[in-house]
Amino acid sequence: MLSFQNVTFGYRRAQPILQAVNFELHPGRIMAILGPNGVGKTTLLYLALGWLSAWDGEICLDGHTLRSHSRQERGRWLALVPQSEHTPFDYTVLDYVLMGRAPHLPPLGMPTPTDYAATLQALEQVGLAAMAEHPVPQLSSGERQLMLLARSIAQSPRLFLLDEPTAHLDLRNKSRLIQIMRGLRTQGVTLLMTNHEPEVVLAVADDVLLLEPGGVAQFGPLEQVFTAEALSRVYNMPIRLVDVDGHRQVLWT
Amino acid sequence: MSNPVALPAVYARNHRSQRHLLVLAVVLLVMAGFSLLVGRYPTPGLMSWNRLTSDELAWRLVVNLRLPRLLTAILLGMTLSAAGTVFQLLFSNPLVEPGFLGVSQGAAFGAALSIVFLGGSAIVTQSAAAFFALAGLGFSYLLAHRLRYGGWVLRLVLAGIAVSALFSAGLGLLKYLADPLRQLPEITFWLLGGLASITWEQLLTVLPVVLSGLLVIFLYRWRLNLLALSEETAFSLGAAPGRERWMLIFFAVLPTAVLIAITGIVGWVGLIIPHIARRLFGAEARFSLPSAMLLGGLFTLLCDDLARTLLAGEIPLGILTSLFGALIFLALMMFQKAKTQS
Repeated sequence: MLSFQNVTFGYRRAQPILQAVNFELHPGRIMAILGPNGVGKTTLLYLALGWLSAWDGEICLDGHTLRSHSRQERGRWLALVPQSEHTPFDYTVLDYVLMGRAPHLPPLGMPTPTDYAATLQALEQVGLAAMAEHPVPQLSSGERQLMLLARSIAQSPRLFLLDEPTAHLDLRNKSRLIQIMRGLRTQGVTLLMTNHEPEVVLAVADDVLLLEPGGVAQFGPLEQVFTAEALSRVYNMPIRLVDVDGHRQVLWT
Repeated sequence: MSNPVALPAVYARNHRSQRHLLVLAVVLLVMAGFSLLVGRYPTPGLMSWNRLTSDELAWRLVVNLRLPRLLTAILLGMTLSAAGTVFQLLFSNPLVEPGFLGVSQGAAFGAALSIVFLGGSAIVTQSAAAFFALAGLGFSYLLAHRLRYGGWVLRLVLAGIAVSALFSAGLGLLKYLADPLRQLPEITFWLLGGLASITWEQLLTVLPVVLSGLLVIFLYRWRLNLLALSEETAFSLGAAPGRERWMLIFFAVLPTAVLIAITGIVGWVGLIIPHIARRLFGAEARFSLPSAMLLGGLFTLLCDDLARTLLAGEIPLGILTSLFGALIFLALMMFQKAKTQS
């Protein structure tokens, strides 16, 4: 599905922040990118999106390099769920989410009833259908984050790129998001997310990419990579993993 | 397969917007026909149909003077409002207007240059204004590429401010050098804008550029929404934000530049009409863009009617558009509650 081979990238010359990153993400799996602030998690998402170009190495989508896909094709394969988005105008939630249908329309096409139906279904899936006609600027930050997810669901991509999807959500919506992510996985969709919250990672992730400052990365299944030793090293503080009622929990002080 | 209640409601809203657009278009046409008969010949007021068909002079006046002027007014209003809508969306900023990338100040500088040093004949003044308006956009573009600071929007806004300031310094210098009895009043009147001297020839010269610009923007109306999103998001939805934005800016500025070259600076239309359109039709550009075009045409037409009929002498159009634009805008802000289409 998505593979990084020796990908190196940096914003300033001779200061790479990602060095020789390798991983391969298989279809129908959820992968979490973990690491301290500023280590390059969002950068890695943008590389996967094709928005940033790697200095070195190869990023492949479906066995072909990212560059060989047309823009429209890429829009049908990949969807980005940004952490937040600035909206200065009074769009209705529905009109906003409808934009997710753009890759399925011809260049100057207008949305059709099919697109409206897909949009409304996406809104139902995240629980915002009742707010379809509300203006976007009146939503809470949590509702807005769900709306951005809905836009990507309306886009119906094969791979979701989610930038801290739980950052603004309350407990209830967090559990809703976890349900939605699991639901997408059962449909065979692949998800790549950055996340700071261990309980979310433990609840849904199949694979983990652990990024350390200085560009070293560790990739593997959750059980192998998400260990107390590795976490303590990466965050440079003592971290313990304990089992409570059969649920693994992260402890720190 | 989906919510049985909400979708029909959404379609009903879209149909309502379409109906309102149609009503606006009809109002514009009726007002255009009405405006042809309004004037100060033979007496201030409405010319009778009888006179129009029997009086040779009246017929020539309507066809050769009022008609090109009226069409220019409508096109000017449409272009400024469409370009304003495009700019406000692309820059995610409700406070920008079509001239701010050095275009208005460039045109003003070019016109003043022609009046002071190049004899100031109509054709030279218009060419100079159009040339420097586009040069203003070109400079802003090059400067934005050289700046190493901030994101796309900030770089372009800074470049536009810098280029506008340079041209307005040049304009100040030209005003200082101008003959205060002959040239200075001419510059001042040009800066206030007006359609008094529009001829068929001028209108037909700019018409192809104006219509092609408006057509491109109109065809792009839904996709404009995408380009209002952040660059990464627009890219993730399959757009090429950099290329498409520049293309739209070009097709918005080109008709603006050639029109203000023949009309002078007509302020405020490109800033407030898009606001009013969004208030009435919602932000979605599929409806806010055409409604801005129709409202802009109607507004400029009515202001120009007043400009030529209210007093025996011509009132500069720019004064009236600013005055009524600001008043309508204030009224909308104060008396209408924020509209949520429900």
